[in-house]
Amino acid sequence: MAANPMTQFNVYRIGPEIKISEIDISFTNASLFMVICTVTILLIFNFGTKKNSIIPDKLQLLGELSYSFVSKMISDTAGTKAKPYFSFIFSLFMFVLFCNMLGMIPYTFTVTSHIIVTFVLAAFIFIGVTIIGFIKHGLGYLKLFVPSGVPLVLLPLIVVIEIISYLSRPISLSVRLFANMMAGHTMMKVFGGFVVSLGIVGGWLPLGFSVALTGLEILVAFLQAYVFAILTCIYLNDALNLHH
Amino acid sequence: MFKKIILKTLAVYFLFINFIHAAESGGMPQLDPEFWFSQIFWLIITFGILYLVLSKIILPKISDNLETRKSQVLENLELAEKQRNESEAKLKEFDDIILKSKIEAKNLFNESRKNLLDDINNKRQKLEGEIDKEVEIIEAEIEDLKKKSPDKINKIAIETSEDLINQLIGVNVNNSSITAIVNDISSKNKHL
Repeated sequence: MAANPMTQFNVYRIGPEIKISEIDISFTNASLFMVICTVTILLIFNFGTKKNSIIPDKLQLLGELSYSFVSKMISDTAGTKAKPYFSFIFSLFMFVLFCNMLGMIPYTFTVTSHIIVTFVLAAFIFIGVTIIGFIKHGLGYLKLFVPSGVPLVLLPLIVVIEIISYLSRPISLSVRLFANMMAGHTMMKVFGGFVVSLGIVGGWLPLGFSVALTGLEILVAFLQAYVFAILTCIYLNDALNLHH
Repeated sequence: MFKKIILKTLAVYFLFINFIHAAESGGMPQLDPEFWFSQIFWLIITFGILYLVLSKIILPKISDNLETRKSQVLENLELAEKQRNESEAKLKEFDDIILKSKIEAKNLFNESRKNLLDDINNKRQKLEGEIDKEVEIIEAEIEDLKKKSPDKINKIAIETSEDLINQLIGVNVNNSSITAIVNDISSKNKHL
């Protein structure tokens, strides 16, 4: 019988318990998939850049296409000033994309379906972008909360709204990715459970749904990685080119 | 059969409700803080390694390669443009040479034709002159012969008639009377 659809998100220890002064940092299945994801990315790009010929082979083409894809995305949204942060955004996009995509393989664990992981990434981006903003513009970065052309009467309200929206950025960024991943995987598990319990007679409909959902989830996996990266670019753009 | 399916569907529906209850009672594993620090720790390590390796080793390689390809393509394009210009110049030169040699050949042809025609004309004139001269000489001779022949015929006629008369009659006739007769006859013949 199909198990609880949430059990796929369980984290459990692999190997011994590792503790640094009461903090548990044991190697878990989540850690395993983070490592697998990193190794996969590095292997693909390593083999892709090994020959570096003028006419690329398949892996090299993959690397070059993703390079130009991310670089175009950054220059479109954040301009040329964002070039020093290219490596970070590239790594971020690849990490999220591969975690999402690896999660689509049956019996794997989806790293990005855990709020803590996405939240740490989002918080890091939020803090980093804020620091960059203050370094580039000093206290002038606070002008971000004061849009130009707003009547003075409305200004206190607008500033409060702007501050709240700015502070909610890491939450919206992390919850978007986490919720999408979790919801998709739960849905697939539920429909998979239907297939098993309805058997050979009635199982075809949920099976069809499962197949369709798989396609949708692969799309979502890519789209969420893209959204995550592009929102990072937009936040970076706010910090680099103060528009308000 | 249908009853079975309906029953089964109902059972599944209840199972689904049970799933949700189980999820609620068990909670989302994501919200269980037991392994949060472990996940943060491993996320920092793996993502850090990924970022370092990508930014220090792999991305520079890709960007270098893209740059070299770009420059090489530009270089090749430039080279191709240069070679095209060169070949166009060569082609023009070639065309010029052909045009020039065509004109030269025409000139040569015309000149040699003229020479030949001149030559032929000269020779013909010369030959015609010679032929005319010879014709004149021969005509003069013929004229001469024409002038001399009646006298000779007369003389022969006189002699033969003298002989004939001598044999027939055995008389020597006066030469002058024979001559007069012969002349008379020949002048009559002439008139005929």
